[in-house]
Amino acid sequence: MTVKEIAEKLDFQVLGGEKGLDQAVTTGYVSDLLSDVMGNARAGSIWVTLQTHKNVMAIASLKDLAAIILVNNHKPEDDMLAQSNEEGIPVLATSMGTFDVSGKLYELLRK
Amino acid sequence: MHFEYQIEGGNFTRAGFASSEIKKMMKQLNVDLGIIKRTVVATYEAEVNVVAHAYSGTIYVDFDEEKVVIKLVDEGPGIDDINQAMTEGYSTASSTVREMGFGAGMGLPNMKKNADDLQITSEVGKGTTVIITMFFAKSEQ
Ligand SMILES: Nc1ncnc2c1ncn2[C@@H]1O[C@H](COP(=O)(O)OP(=O)(O)O)[C@@H](O)[C@H]1O
Ligand SMILES: [Mg+2]
Repeated sequence: MTVKEIAEKLDFQVLGGEKGLDQAVTTGYVSDLLSDVMGNARAGSIWVTLQTHKNVMAIASLKDLAAIILVNNHKPEDDMLAQSNEEGIPVLATSMGTFDVSGKLYELLRK
Repeated sequence: MHFEYQIEGGNFTRAGFASSEIKKMMKQLNVDLGIIKRTVVATYEAEVNVVAHAYSGTIYVDFDEEKVVIKLVDEGPGIDDINQAMTEGYSTASSTVREMGFGAGMGLPNMKKNADDLQITSEVGKGTTVIITMFFAKSEQ
């Protein structure tokens, strides 16, 4: 499933990185600890987090993640958004909390 | 091939830049993807440690036919007890750094897990040197 399909199905707002919307999402990873994501997330993951600074994009890029979803209406800082656009790694947003987002993503992606 | 990068202590906006450059070079050299992935994890954590814990540093990167050696030399407080620092969960990171999601005390364990060889030497009050070596072909073990 592509980032775009997920965003449409779950009504996520696309805040940046539109170039990467056709990227395939293979699985998800949920964490706010950057070393945890660095050590354990798999390439092609959609990353669920509430961290909104630029280092999130550095990690997403280094780990070849497909997209980032910010929960609870968190908004990315300007330089995070700028790097999202530059790298073509989408940043999505939702008003849902981590539990609901993860549950819905799991439903979609396990098929 | 030899490259150098400067790291500024406390400046998180550039953390990961050198790791990203090293990743690009390894891709160009067609290094096995699994090896690139491990290099990225180890190098990023080492880079972030200089930003989070030291005042300034330099990364020296040397490629040859069979390996890449990534040496990070920093000026900083140094590490008093390296074994303790290697323990999963041990961190002296400030609360600001923790709020950003750094400072989980997983950096050195991540480096140990992913580097083919990891050497750390440190002098309290002076600085720390970390040497990560990655081999391009898996040697028989
Ligand atoms: N370059 C360094 N200079 C000084 N201290 C360091 C350095 N790298 C690591 N340390 C010390 O080792 C601890 C553990 O490092 P690490 O496992 O990366 O966890 P974290 O960076 O999350 O604190 C740090 O909290 C710090 O006390
Ligand atoms: Mg660290």
